[in-house]
Amino acid sequence: MSAIIEVHDLVKRYRRATVNAVDGISFTVEAGEFFTLLGPNGAGKTTTISILTTTLVPTSGTAVIAGHDLRRAASSVRRNIGIIFQQPSLDFNLSAEENIRFHAVLYGLYPFRPTFLLMPRSYRQQVQELTALLEIEREMFRPVKTFSGGMRRKLEIIRSLLHRPRVLFLDEPTSGLDPASRRNVWEYLRKVRAESGTTIFLTTHQLDEAEEADTICIIDHGRIVSYGSPDEVKADLVEWYVLIDAEERDRLRAELKQLGFPFTETPLFKIDLNGRSVQQIIQAIRTPLTLVKTHVPTLEDAYLEIVRREEERTLEK
Amino acid sequence: MTEIYAVLTIAYRDLAKLLRDPMRLVSTFILPLLFILILGGSMQMNLGDKVGYNFLPFTFTGIFAQTLFQSAAMGLISLIEDRESDFSQEIFVSPISRYTIVIGKIIGETLVALTQGFGIIVFGAIAGIPFSVFQLVSLLPVGILVCLFGASFGVIVLSNLNSQRAANQIFPFVMLPQFFLAGVFNPVRVLPWYLDILSRLSPMRYAVDFVRGVFYAGQPEYSQVILQGPLFNFGLMVVLFGVFLVVGTFLFVRGERNR
Repeated sequence: MSAIIEVHDLVKRYRRATVNAVDGISFTVEAGEFFTLLGPNGAGKTTTISILTTTLVPTSGTAVIAGHDLRRAASSVRRNIGIIFQQPSLDFNLSAEENIRFHAVLYGLYPFRPTFLLMPRSYRQQVQELTALLEIEREMFRPVKTFSGGMRRKLEIIRSLLHRPRVLFLDEPTSGLDPASRRNVWEYLRKVRAESGTTIFLTTHQLDEAEEADTICIIDHGRIVSYGSPDEVKADLVEWYVLIDAEERDRLRAELKQLGFPFTETPLFKIDLNGRSVQQIIQAIRTPLTLVKTHVPTLEDAYLEIVRREEERTLEK
Repeated sequence: MTEIYAVLTIAYRDLAKLLRDPMRLVSTFILPLLFILILGGSMQMNLGDKVGYNFLPFTFTGIFAQTLFQSAAMGLISLIEDRESDFSQEIFVSPISRYTIVIGKIIGETLVALTQGFGIIVFGAIAGIPFSVFQLVSLLPVGILVCLFGASFGVIVLSNLNSQRAANQIFPFVMLPQFFLAGVFNPVRVLPWYLDILSRLSPMRYAVDFVRGVFYAGQPEYSQVILQGPLFNFGLMVVLFGVFLVVGTFLFVRGERNR
């Protein structure tokens, strides 16, 4: 598998800024991979994605996308990437078909014509197929403002694939969508990925979306603080604990102190495993328990922990 | 060829966005309507005798030039906000040349401004201004020139701005003073020396005077109304257009990604 994105020592300092927004990051993305960039607001995610999508020039460092250098061949990079922006990139007063048509012409796929009927037959056919997929054949000439949020997003995704990009950048693609629409959009993205093998580069605040990724890269303060598959990222960091509760709370509290199990009350009793097994702990307790809950770490837990540690480290400096 | 289609697409899109937005279309007509019918009319009734020429066509030509110049200029300046919202984001990440984007925008905003110019001519007719065939026909090429000139002014302003907030703040400093310095509805033949200097530095002055130079050609009021004469204005506009466009586009393209 060859690398489709190679970033080396990327640095960006905005004009009149005193610190680097992106402070020397390097990573590689393989063709066909699902790569996710995570990080708190202000971490440098937007800056990184702006650089990779050629809307911002880096201060130093290199990036090569689909074999083209960002600085020297920006236009070639653009030809090979598709972008789903955080803000909807549709003209609401224009029709869905027009939004598709303009994209197709800008990417050199078809000549410009002022109306749908004047466009070449191959274009009209392609649009019929695409709108059939989205089930909007009859609505495609209506203004986009009549479409639902989820439908608009899917329209944007389908449009961004017209020129068959090697990499699809998605910047918080489901923010503002209701859960049903979110699920719908992701089903569609999975299908697209399976059929076309497009590399996906995602940034998101919805961490459950990142659970499916091949690689997670967490950045904070412009630097990479964690990198690996979701399992690898989770394995290092997440606390392992068990939650218990009892009707006779004072008795349980005293017993735990006497047994020497470190715990906190949250208000449930949270006991750090510290290498012990859940079984060992439960078997040692005599107070009748009303609740025993083992904790399955999620990516969100790992992420919050990583970021918390990074903040602490930064404060110490 | 792709670049030419891209220019056409960008221009067509600007015009389509205006025509599909009835509210926006109506709102662009309100100010010219007020100025011509109300301001022009009242000035003519109260002051017309004292200046010796009819204020109504005077105001009309001023508003015609001002609206076209300003609409084109502000349309170009909106490129700065454009790239963060709606389809314009797509334009900026597509593989076309950045110069294509600017040229497409200039043509598009010229078409948008000319649409407003058409409405202004209609208001002028409603207000009772008599148009000769020559005057009506000449307003089109004159209008196009004023639009292009305004658009180039927009490009040079744009290349010096960093954000939409800055763009919104410049209007009262860069546009509004020109209304009065350029003689849009107030005669500026005689001014105190400091205002006269500022007036001569206002690009809008030459656009306004150019429109009047052609409109009043052969009329008795010509010598009272005209400041420089159409040939001078035309020459100056062409030179400034070239300078603004080249310098402005170069600076914009270079600075657009260097934030």
